[in-house]
Amino acid sequence: MSAVVDTKNLTKRYREKLAVNSLNLAVEEGEIFGFLGPNGAGKTTTILMLLGLTEPTSGNVSVCGFDPTLQSLEVKKRVGYLPENPGFYDDISARENLLYMARLNRIPEDEAQRRTSQVLDQVGLSEDGRRLVGEYSRGMKQRLGIAEVLIKKPQAIILDEPTLGIDPDGAIRILELIKDLNRQHGLTVLLSSHQLQQVQQICNRVGIIVKGRLIVQGEMDELGKSILKGRNWNFLLDVSGNTDGLERDLQSIKGVDEIEKRTHGWFLRCTRDVRAEMIAVVSRRGLNLLQLRSEDPTLEEIYLKYFREA
Amino acid sequence: MSVVFWKELADHFSSRRFMILLIIIVLSGLWAAYATGQAIRQNTDTVPTQYVFLLLLTSSGETLFSLATFLGFFGPLVGITLGFDSISGEYARGTLSRVLSQPIFRDSLINGKFFAGLATVAVLWGSILLLVIGLGITLLGFPPNAEELWRMIIFTIVGIFYVGFWLALATLFSLLFQKTVTAALASMAVWLFLSLFVAVISSAMAGMVVPDATTPEAITRRTDIENVIGRISPGTLFNESVGILLNPAARVFGLALQSQAEGILPTPLALDQSLTLIWPHITTIFALVAVCFGISYIIFMRAEIRA
Repeated sequence: MSAVVDTKNLTKRYREKLAVNSLNLAVEEGEIFGFLGPNGAGKTTTILMLLGLTEPTSGNVSVCGFDPTLQSLEVKKRVGYLPENPGFYDDISARENLLYMARLNRIPEDEAQRRTSQVLDQVGLSEDGRRLVGEYSRGMKQRLGIAEVLIKKPQAIILDEPTLGIDPDGAIRILELIKDLNRQHGLTVLLSSHQLQQVQQICNRVGIIVKGRLIVQGEMDELGKSILKGRNWNFLLDVSGNTDGLERDLQSIKGVDEIEKRTHGWFLRCTRDVRAEMIAVVSRRGLNLLQLRSEDPTLEEIYLKYFREA
Repeated sequence: MSVVFWKELADHFSSRRFMILLIIIVLSGLWAAYATGQAIRQNTDTVPTQYVFLLLLTSSGETLFSLATFLGFFGPLVGITLGFDSISGEYARGTLSRVLSQPIFRDSLINGKFFAGLATVAVLWGSILLLVIGLGITLLGFPPNAEELWRMIIFTIVGIFYVGFWLALATLFSLLFQKTVTAALASMAVWLFLSLFVAVISSAMAGMVVPDATTPEAITRRTDIENVIGRISPGTLFNESVGILLNPAARVFGLALQSQAEGILPTPLALDQSLTLIWPHITTIFALVAVCFGISYIIFMRAEIRA
């Protein structure tokens, strides 16, 4: 596995503002990489630098082994880019839009025709191909955008906020489409988003960028572990029956720090996972277990915490 | 580049904007040429015998303006109309970043757009000239001679580049201002300034330099100064070169003293002599196009393309 996208201390400064601050990003071949961050974190700026659409202030970028600033053509031959809110020529049909892009890629005419039909089919627009793009809905435009990215048969695709402004069902369909492309064609995907819960389900790895800095980068589960490392284990326990003396028993379990009585049940702060012991205590006392729930912050809440810190 | 060129050319020719321009230009052009032609037919005794065809373009007859004046006035509008949204329009539609993320050089886009605009202008200008020639043959009953034809062809080339200047300027503004409307207004402002106010300013400044214009020398000097300042405007350059080009008898810009004009035979100038006279003008127009386009080129090559 080699890195399709590799940046070293990539920095972009707009006058006073540091938009991207020594970013070290690595996207491996064949993976779906989620580039997550709040609005204005520097996601789009980074993507523009990856494609040579803007020049980095300092640092190195390599995309498919080429430097986008100096060899942007080589990069653009191999990488498809779908910008946020992609625009089309509204007064011509979807097919003609795609054909224009195919011609810009110097694809021979008959091959371009064939590929146009093929990619329209892939994104489920084959029946609407001859309609004017002006009549398209947002979701259809987004899918057309993906079709157009595919027409050059790229090694990797970069999607900027592909689910932005699309209804949940449409967003899921787009994400599934991306997942399929990745699985069937081994396409490397870099997608940026601020909608973590949506994209985390299809990403192999994610990087979180806040205020131009990459805070963490890694595999989804690993990332969860590293974020959750050193945390406290918090549980909520609720039982029915005679609960006298239960609190003392619970306290005697090794690892339980603190017990707090709540309206329904108890809240326990522990230093390790004590669920098994708790259940043993409950059953020994002949009580009915109503609920035992982990009160830990979810991954999303942790993301949110990162975002807020910015 | 050719891909962008053909796409843009097709866009121009199928746009409503182009249709409107075409109708305006063809109708007014035909009308001007027809009225002039009729005037020439009715006054055959007063009309000079040579270069009658060129008169179709330069004489105003009973209409308000000659065809050459009309084209000089309307040309900038055509250039601005074709150019003002070339980049900002793509930007507004959100297509710019998509096009530029395709494996093409950035300059292919701007070159393709500019040359497509120029080609459109050439088609417009060429077709109106052909119409006039056709109408002229019908009205006058004889075809233009070779010299007239050459002068008309050079007139067309100069005209295309003159409109090309406005096209380049509008392209530059469409790059500087991301709003299409701003770009259009800025181009119009420059056009108004150069075509109306420069004349006012130049005569005011000439009046300041030569306050007392009573002697023939002083009058000539004042006119000369006025002309020089007026040449800031490409419109003046165009009108002056057209005046010489389409009127073989003309041999000076502005006024000539009697002593200077003495001994000059009232024969028409040969084509190369006329060309020598307006060569600086033509070169300046070409240079203006190149400079304007060059600036847009440099800005565009380094611009950040955000969606």
